[in-house]
Amino acid sequence: MNWPILSVVTFLPLLGALFITFVRGNDNLAKGTARWVAMWTTLVTFAISLVLVARFDPSSAEFQFSEKHPWLGVASYHMGVDGISLPFVILTTALMPICILASWSSIQKRVKEYMIAFLVLETLMVGTFSALDLVLFYLFFEGGLIPMFLIIGVWGGQRRVYASFKFFLYTLAGSVLMLLAIMAMYWDAGTTDIPALMRHGFPLGLQKWAWLAFFASFAVKMPMWPVHTWLPDAHVEAPTAGSVILAAILLKMGGYGFIRFSLPMFPSASHDFAPLIFTLSVVAIVYTSLVALMQEDVKKLIAYSSVAHMGFVTMGIFAATSQGVAGGIFQMISHGIVSGALFLCVGVVYDRMHTREIAAYGGLVNRMPVYAVIFMVFTLANVGLPGTSGFVGEFLTLIGTFKNNIAVATIATFGVILSAAYALWLYRKMIFGTLKPSLEGIKDIGWREAIIFTPLVVLTILFGVAPKPVLDMSAASVAQLLDNYNHAITAASKLAVLAP
Amino acid sequence: MNQLTQIQGLLPVLPEIVLACGAMFLLMVGVSIYQSERSAGIVNAWCVVLLVLAAVCVLLVPAGRTVMFGGSFVVDDYARFLKLLAITGSAGALLLSLNYLKVDKQQKFEYGVLFLLSTLGMMMLISAADLIALYLGLELMSLPLYVVAASNRDSVRSTEAGLKYFVLGALSSGMLLYGASLIYGFTGTVNFAGIAKATASGASIGLIFGLVFLFAGFCFKISAVPFHMWTPDVYEGAPTPVTAFFAAAPKVAGIAIFVRATVVAFPSITHEWQQIVVFVSIASMALGAFAAIGQKNIKRLMAYSSIGHMGFALVGLAAGTPEGVQGVLVYMSIYVAMTLGTFACILSMRRDGMLVENISDLSGLARTHPTMAFFFAMLLFSLAGIPPLAGFFAKFYVFLAAIKAGLFVLAVIGVLTSVVGAFYYLTIVKIMYFDEPVRGFQSMPSLLRLVLCAAGLINMLFFAYPAPLLDAATVAAKSLF
Repeated sequence: MNWPILSVVTFLPLLGALFITFVRGNDNLAKGTARWVAMWTTLVTFAISLVLVARFDPSSAEFQFSEKHPWLGVASYHMGVDGISLPFVILTTALMPICILASWSSIQKRVKEYMIAFLVLETLMVGTFSALDLVLFYLFFEGGLIPMFLIIGVWGGQRRVYASFKFFLYTLAGSVLMLLAIMAMYWDAGTTDIPALMRHGFPLGLQKWAWLAFFASFAVKMPMWPVHTWLPDAHVEAPTAGSVILAAILLKMGGYGFIRFSLPMFPSASHDFAPLIFTLSVVAIVYTSLVALMQEDVKKLIAYSSVAHMGFVTMGIFAATSQGVAGGIFQMISHGIVSGALFLCVGVVYDRMHTREIAAYGGLVNRMPVYAVIFMVFTLANVGLPGTSGFVGEFLTLIGTFKNNIAVATIATFGVILSAAYALWLYRKMIFGTLKPSLEGIKDIGWREAIIFTPLVVLTILFGVAPKPVLDMSAASVAQLLDNYNHAITAASKLAVLAP
Repeated sequence: MNQLTQIQGLLPVLPEIVLACGAMFLLMVGVSIYQSERSAGIVNAWCVVLLVLAAVCVLLVPAGRTVMFGGSFVVDDYARFLKLLAITGSAGALLLSLNYLKVDKQQKFEYGVLFLLSTLGMMMLISAADLIALYLGLELMSLPLYVVAASNRDSVRSTEAGLKYFVLGALSSGMLLYGASLIYGFTGTVNFAGIAKATASGASIGLIFGLVFLFAGFCFKISAVPFHMWTPDVYEGAPTPVTAFFAAAPKVAGIAIFVRATVVAFPSITHEWQQIVVFVSIASMALGAFAAIGQKNIKRLMAYSSIGHMGFALVGLAAGTPEGVQGVLVYMSIYVAMTLGTFACILSMRRDGMLVENISDLSGLARTHPTMAFFFAMLLFSLAGIPPLAGFFAKFYVFLAAIKAGLFVLAVIGVLTSVVGAFYYLTIVKIMYFDEPVRGFQSMPSLLRLVLCAAGLINMLFFAYPAPLLDAATVAAKSLF
């Protein structure tokens, strides 16, 4: 059977959103309908995305499930996935039902709009990872701003307006420069087709400028130090599921962009600018870890730890070794699960106590033993303890970087120690110690929360013990990527020698 | 037989003839049956029908390029495209007016007829192929505009707007005429093609002077910086549907002649005019973005927004290439749709029978009028140029052309000002979606709903099927080169 499976996965959530708009009324019945429609849409989308995995051929580095139709004249509607993008597509479709479930009872106002925003966001996120045309990619990449802006602004906390504006404008400012670079690439290569651009070989001058423009966009999205300041605000103010999506998927678009565009399309520029990336990554790892140590707000602490973890990713990617890039991809997938789960953990206590202050909690283990165990699994994964998925990613990126730059890798390793410091400190403060009087009546997690956490715990440990499935999926694509990259670098250095 | 061929030769101007005769006929009908407000309403409604008829005539005109009246009037694909667009803008604005005139007791039959005459002027302007026809078209377009701006005679603000517009408009017409006479003096011809021939080997300083004055006149008509001062006051003072008309239709005609005159008459001195256009474009984008931030009145805000949008449209002209002109055409088409939709929303801001104009009146609209708020928000995101909405594609094509022409500084400043501009559009979205609701508006009249839905759907679904507009714009742009 030859149906456009990728388009179905991408646009099915949009169909669900459209359906919800026709649900009338705002009573409990309408709310329930909206929830169930969203739930089933995301579940079916996830099921179909599993068909993608089943039919995917990991031994090939080519783009699979390709669809191509004429669209804008300049650009075409070209979709497809390879070993690098497929894990992200699956991560997105897998986390969506969990997000819907996590919002089941915590979102009570304007449920219909909330579900619509999430479903539209899913379409745009899946589209970002499966677009094989730069303009199409940009469309999905930027389009995600609108629903996320509304999610933070309508269902967010106290300073939601400030946070949503900061999120929107920061990201937009970074991206518009990328758009100009896309145009310049179009005039140089005559196409915006991503596979064609990967083979094109841009002149050195254009590579540098375009690399910087793409860097502006992805560095903000990632986020890298020093343009990370929107992230703590956005995370703190967003509703729980919004934080999960933000940490687990939206941040990954930056790293995905580096791997998909910067490395293969601008190899020489990537090589030349690698020291810049290394510096910023190391600063991010060490500095934001230190900042995380000082936080009084749980969500802020996790947000800063996200910045630090993304530092490992950028470092690994631009080390441009097979371990580094594979580690970067793995770290992103792992961080997507772990940080998403951590925000859900915060959401559990926030729903009960309506505060995110670390000082407000203490001794939770006395009242919430199951919760304490779950929180521990994710804390340890965040630290990067062997046996959890967090370890594999960090370890691979560090090895990959050691090959390339020992100093950077050494400093980054110290960051791992710092991450242990803040994560364990947070855990001790919240879970152990004497029980705060205000927490006397707090209840342990219910069945719905148990359903949410079970797959995440299983995956965290599974990927920690057996990371092979994920690594295998992307191995061929990564190998080809680095092959081309090294060819281009060698060719460029030969040219440099020949030039007078 | 001879007469028959002569009449057949007039076929390309059929839309103009239909519009001119129809407008005069409706004027006489209006005078003779003018007894009640109701009959005036009927005349105004017939004006919409006549505009649709003119649009059909534009489509019927034989394809290809026809030059008429001794080379002063040209009908080509470019003219056809823009005429349809100008008629759409006028008809849309007139549709928006019908309900307003009825409810606000402003029913006058002259209103619609003036719209028709102004539209006729726009169509002449779009087809103008020499400086004389240009001036005639420009004045025919502008004079009715001055009158409709002051159509609410009992309102001080409206009269002030009309007077201000008239005085400044006359000044700009004078400048344009002075520029035209200089150009004539230094080239010996008023015909665009003739001017192009005369400037093939470069321009004298006198001609450059003329060019600058000519541009000053154009910039006034499209309200580009530094000739934008009238815009906020006139937009705020004029009755709201008239503001919608100002924002949509005359801008199309103004840009049309700006592009045609520049590209057709001065193709070999691109370097001379390019820097002027680049400056005007940057200044308009920047002023439009920054000055709009502090506005409290939504009509004033739309004035600054339109200044900014003209700046973006001029980015395409600055490139001076077929791609650039195509970008301008796509930009203007989408701009007209967005503007009409936005004004449909503004005209629905009615409480206790009175139109309200403060942005804060929109507070919590998402809860009192969810559908209207949704469409309005999408239009605002589109005006800000966020994909996948139509406004993004508008900006995409003009910047694509600018990058090809190597205008990197212009492009970078342009996209950065669009980020600044996004701020104030977001502010309105924030007020509608994040703030606590205030008392709702009266329910939306069905005509406004129609315009809003049409504009909103075009705006949201453009990405799904962009080919017709893009192809038409490509063909139209090619006919200039």
